[in-house]
Amino acid sequence: MSTNKILFDRVSKTFPVRASRRSQAGAVTALDRVTLGVRDGEFLVVVGPSGCGKSTLLDLLGGLSKPSGGQVLVDGEAVVGPGLDRGIVFQQYALLPWRTAAGNVAFGLEAKGVPRAERADLVAYHLELVGLSGFADRHPHELSGGMKQRVAIARSLAYDPDILLMDEPFAALDAQTRDSLQDELVRIWQATGKTIVFITHGIDEAVHLGQRVAVMTSRPGRIKQVIDIDLGDRAVEDVRSTDAFRHHRHQIWTLLRDEVRAAQSAERPAAPAPAPGRSRRWARYGTSTVGRTAGTGPDGGRIPAVPGADADRAAPAVARHEEARVG
Amino acid sequence: MVDIAERPRLAATAAATAATDAAPRLPRRLLGLGGRVLHRTAALLTLALVWETAPRLGLVDRVFLPPLSEVLLGWTALLRSGQLAEHVGASLTRSLTGLGLAVLTAIPLGLLIGWYRPLAELLSPLLEVFRNTAALALLPVFVLILGLGETSKIALVLYACSWPILLNTIAGVKGVDPLLIRSARSMGLNHLRLFQKVILPAAVPTIFTGVRLAGAYSILVLVAAEMVGAKAGLGYLINYAQYNFAIPDMYAGIITISAIGLVVNQLLVAVERRFSTWRVDVSAS
Ligand SMILES: Nc1ncnc2c1ncn2[C@@H]1O[C@H](COP(=O)(O)OP(=O)(O)OP(=O)(O)O)[C@@H](O)[C@H]1O
Ligand SMILES: [Mg+2]
Repeated sequence: MSTNKILFDRVSKTFPVRASRRSQAGAVTALDRVTLGVRDGEFLVVVGPSGCGKSTLLDLLGGLSKPSGGQVLVDGEAVVGPGLDRGIVFQQYALLPWRTAAGNVAFGLEAKGVPRAERADLVAYHLELVGLSGFADRHPHELSGGMKQRVAIARSLAYDPDILLMDEPFAALDAQTRDSLQDELVRIWQATGKTIVFITHGIDEAVHLGQRVAVMTSRPGRIKQVIDIDLGDRAVEDVRSTDAFRHHRHQIWTLLRDEVRAAQSAERPAAPAPAPGRSRRWARYGTSTVGRTAGTGPDGGRIPAVPGADADRAAPAVARHEEARVG
Repeated sequence: MVDIAERPRLAATAAATAATDAAPRLPRRLLGLGGRVLHRTAALLTLALVWETAPRLGLVDRVFLPPLSEVLLGWTALLRSGQLAEHVGASLTRSLTGLGLAVLTAIPLGLLIGWYRPLAELLSPLLEVFRNTAALALLPVFVLILGLGETSKIALVLYACSWPILLNTIAGVKGVDPLLIRSARSMGLNHLRLFQKVILPAAVPTIFTGVRLAGAYSILVLVAAEMVGAKAGLGYLINYAQYNFAIPDMYAGIITISAIGLVVNQLLVAVERRFSTWRVDVSAS
C-alpha cells in the first residue's frame, strides 16, 4: 500500500449529538470504516448523497478534525493536524474580505513564512495562472463568484501544497462559469501534477474531472465503489456527448440512485434524525442548496434528491457561533 | 445671524472631506457638497428661525427662551472673555481622557473575553449586571469614593464609555465568520497569528462602532457629572448660568455641547469608515 499518496485506513467518525425534544443524546456515525487510497498525482472525485460524510472525509484529511477510529495517512504518515502540504478550497471561497485578491493569495504565503520579497512574484504568477492578473487590487466584494473561487484556488496553489482538497468548489456557480473553471482546473492539474481530491454533487462534473470516482453510500458513509473513468481521447470537441461519458454517467447515477433510495427509506420513519443546528458543517451551506433538488433523470447529471435532506440544511445562524472559537 | 447653527455642520463636513481624501475630483465634490449641505441644514435653519421669532412674537416667554440672536450675543461674549475656551477645554480634557482610557482598557479586555470562552462564561453574569446599571446612577458612588475632583468625573466617563466598546469588541470577535477561521487554520496558522491576521481585522469595524457610541456617551455623561461639584466645564457653565439667571449663557452652553457632540461624532464616523471600507461597501451595494 506504500504507493498511495493518501490512505484512509478504516477511518470512522462519529459526532456526539446533544439531546433535543425529538431525540435523545447519542452519536451520529458519519463515516464507517472508510478505506480509500489516492495515488500520487491522481485526480480523485468523491460523490455521494447529501449528508453521507464527504465533507467530514475532507476535514479529516485536512487535519481540521480527528478520526474516531482508524487513521488517515499522507505519504505514509498519520495526519495529526492542518498543514501546508494540503490546501483546502472551500465551496464558499473563504476569502478575507478586508484583503485584496493579491492580499488573499499572499495570505497562505505569509502563513508559510515566505519572505516578503518573494511573495509579490508568487502572487502575480498565481493570479496570472487563474486569469486574474488585472484584478489584483480588487476586494472580494468587487469580484464575481467565479472570480472569488479563482482567487481561492490561486491562494491554495500559491503556497504549493502537494495535495489540493476541494469541497464542492463550483457548486455555487452558474453552468458556464463552472465549465470554464473545470477546464482551467484540469489544465492546472496537468501542469502542476498535484494530487487532487475533489468533492461534488454533480455526476457530470465527476465524470468530466475524475480519473477515478469514488461513490459513497448514504449515512453512515462508506465507499461503495471506485470507478475508473476512461473517456478515451479527452481532446474530443464535446467530451460530454461521447458514449464513454454517457456510460460512466449512467453507471454512477445507478449506484447513487440505490443509495438515495436507501437514505429515503432510512429517514422516513425516524423523521429528521440529527439535531438541527448542531452541525458546524451546516453553517457553510447557508444559502446554497442549488442543484441539490435538481433533475433526477440520468440526463440531469445531478444526484437524485433526498426529500428532507434540504430542510435539514436550513442552517440557523446560531450554529455559526459554535465554531467561532477555536481555542 | 444664522451662521452659528451652521458652524458645527460645516466643521463636521470639512472634517469628513479631509478624511476621505480623493483630491482629483475636489471641485466637483465641493459643488455637490454645497447642495447637500443646504439640503441637510434646512431643518436646522428652520429651527433657528422659529427660535428667533417665537420669543419675539410672544409665543413663548422670552425670559425663559430668549431669541437666538441674544443667545448668540451671549455666546460671543463668553468666547471673547475666554470663559468659553476654559469650559470647553475642561470638558474636552475630561471626556477625551475618559474615552482614551476606555479604549485602552475595554478593547483588550473585550478581545480577551471574546476569544477565550472560559473567561466569557466567568464574566458574563457580571457584565450583564453592570451594563444594565445606568452610569449616572453610579455618580454618587463615584463621588463618594473618589471625591468631587477630576478623578471621579473621568472615572465616570471611563465607566460609561467602557460598555459600548467592551460589548462591541466581544461581539466583533465572536461574529467572525467561522469559515474564515477554518480556512486560516487549514493553512496551519497558530492561535496567535490567527488572532492577529483574521480575528482582529474582522472585528475592527464592529469595535469602531463601539468607539463611536462611546464618543457620544463620553459627552453625555460628562455634562451631567459636571453639574455636581465642578468648578469648570460646560455642564458647570449651564448649571451655574441657570442658577444665576443668565439664561442666554445657559443656552450658549447647551449649543456648544451639541456642536461638540456633532463634531466628535462626525470625526469618529469618518475614522470608522476608513477602517471598514470593505464592509461599508458591502452594505451599501
Ligand atoms: N459537527 C458535527 N456535529 C454533528 N454531526 C455532524 C457534524 N458534522 C457533520 N455531522 C453529520 O455527519 C454527517 C455527514 O456530514 P457531511 O457534512 O460530511 O456530509 P456531506 O456528505 O458533506 O453532505 P453534503 O453533500 O450535503 O455537503 C451528516 O449527517 C451530519 O449530520
Ligand atoms: Mg459537504
